[in-house]
Amino acid sequence: MRIGVRRLAQYLGFVIVAGLAVVAIIAPWITPHDPFLQNLDARMIPPSFMEGGVPQHFLGTDQIGRDYFSRLIYGARISMLIGVLVVICSGLIGTTLGVIGGFFGGRVDAVVMFIITCRLSIPFILVALTVVSFVGSSLSVVVMTLGLLLWERFAVVARTTTMQVRTLDYIAAAWAAGCSRTHILLREVLPNILHHLIVVATLEMALAILLEAALSFLGLGVPPPLPSWGLMIAEAKDYMFFSPWVIMVPGLALFVLVLGINLLGDGLRDRLGAARDA
Amino acid sequence: MLKFLARRAVLAVLVMLTVLTISFALTRLSGDVAVSMAGPQATQQDIATIRKNYGLDRPLIVQFGDWVGGVATGNLGRSYLYHAPVAELIRARLPITLTLGLTGLAIALLVAIPLGILAAMHEGAWLDRAIMMVAVVGQAMPSFWLGLVLVIWLGVKLQLLPISGVDTWDGYVLPGVVLAFSAIPALMRLTRGGMVDALASDYVRTARAKGLTRVSVVLKHALRNAAMPVVAVAAVQLGFMLGGSVVIESVFALNGVGYLAWESIAKNDFPVVQAVVLFLATIYVALTLLADMLNAVLDPRLRVS
Repeated sequence: MRIGVRRLAQYLGFVIVAGLAVVAIIAPWITPHDPFLQNLDARMIPPSFMEGGVPQHFLGTDQIGRDYFSRLIYGARISMLIGVLVVICSGLIGTTLGVIGGFFGGRVDAVVMFIITCRLSIPFILVALTVVSFVGSSLSVVVMTLGLLLWERFAVVARTTTMQVRTLDYIAAAWAAGCSRTHILLREVLPNILHHLIVVATLEMALAILLEAALSFLGLGVPPPLPSWGLMIAEAKDYMFFSPWVIMVPGLALFVLVLGINLLGDGLRDRLGAARDA
Repeated sequence: MLKFLARRAVLAVLVMLTVLTISFALTRLSGDVAVSMAGPQATQQDIATIRKNYGLDRPLIVQFGDWVGGVATGNLGRSYLYHAPVAELIRARLPITLTLGLTGLAIALLVAIPLGILAAMHEGAWLDRAIMMVAVVGQAMPSFWLGLVLVIWLGVKLQLLPISGVDTWDGYVLPGVVLAFSAIPALMRLTRGGMVDALASDYVRTARAKGLTRVSVVLKHALRNAAMPVVAVAAVQLGFMLGGSVVIESVFALNGVGYLAWESIAKNDFPVVQAVVLFLATIYVALTLLADMLNAVLDPRLRVS
């Protein structure tokens, strides 16, 4: 029973993430309306299941009459895209730093630790806001900024796990067999720490999605009229006292996606950890 | 221990020098600072005036030297927007951000530690699972959205708490709760992990064997040992909270350091931006140093080596 509930939650996480990924990919074919099309005669229509709703707009319309359901679906695209791209970028930086520090140790490791400490010291929301504001807001700037800022957990985990495998027999065997340093790093060390990094990747993806939403909410993330969920909440904020659903809809979407990723990460941790112990 | 602390102090100074450089470089990202400060309607004349008044016509290395020299003598520069020294602007807004951060930390600890202990005492049972599920759910909550939802529900629907500003003490409750939310899952996991280890240790078994009450064993013996990493992480979390308060301050319209930073970023007031980044980094570095010192004092093993 105990295991049952937890497993169930992990499967739920997988279903949420996979489902939203599919929705994001096929967005153009399942959206009933153009997410950018404004209709000033149909502003702030409530969702169809609420009083005053119309069947054409399942989740109603926003303050300039754009179909909320269509924007929500396109918003999944933006969140997913940002999550994946940021993780690729930060994963490359963090893993490289961490593996190098953990493998070579000594002075090299001290430098890596110093870089990690510096990164942790800078208030990253402020720095991200500054970069986006001063360089100019666009999807790629947001991805680059978050990618360059969110690598420290990759680095920390890659460093500690590399230190653990460095002294194991198969590494010694590879040295003895005359393998090059590059070969050992890429073919022996990396595959054996990868499962730890995958779990970190889910955590960082969730974090990246939340941060993008926060930046967009503050007006310094993804630029309008792109349907970022954070931006949708910011645009709807002025209407929330009279029609709370305008912030509930994108907020819940964000919450469900991030929860799904975290549950999936939890499941992967169990699975990959168990596979290693077996 | 002294050697350990001396090394940490040297490291802290090196980190600060790096942050000093980063904060300077950050504000030069837009290319020509004077153009962005002057705004879209500025004439060539305006831009030239700004460039001259703010010393932006000098080589970058001289400007950087100016910034470092200024910081060393406690001069953080002048705001372009407020026509006032940046240090004064920060000092005026610091009480709000600090109160908010400490309120958030206090709420986080008050929730996380008891729940973490409770989960550890029932390790593996449904209560443990339920509490850890709460942590997972809490982690997925976008803080700015949670803030808005609480504003609608507690502030407007039930009229329990003020929804913006901090004219009275209860104005800190909602933003404090929202800020605490981001720190609770990590602190709770840490408390639980530490307590699980401590409860399985020999000294707790000895204490139990002596016939001490359960409360005494858990609170006096186990918690004391589990608390150390929590204290260290709490200090670090406070640093994160102060840095992240920019989001909460804008949701609740609090005129603190975070709001000042956001406003300055949006309006290209670069002297304020670089000073606030440096200031928050300094607080973070000081807090981690403090946490290291606390750990060294509390942990006899570190004291000896």
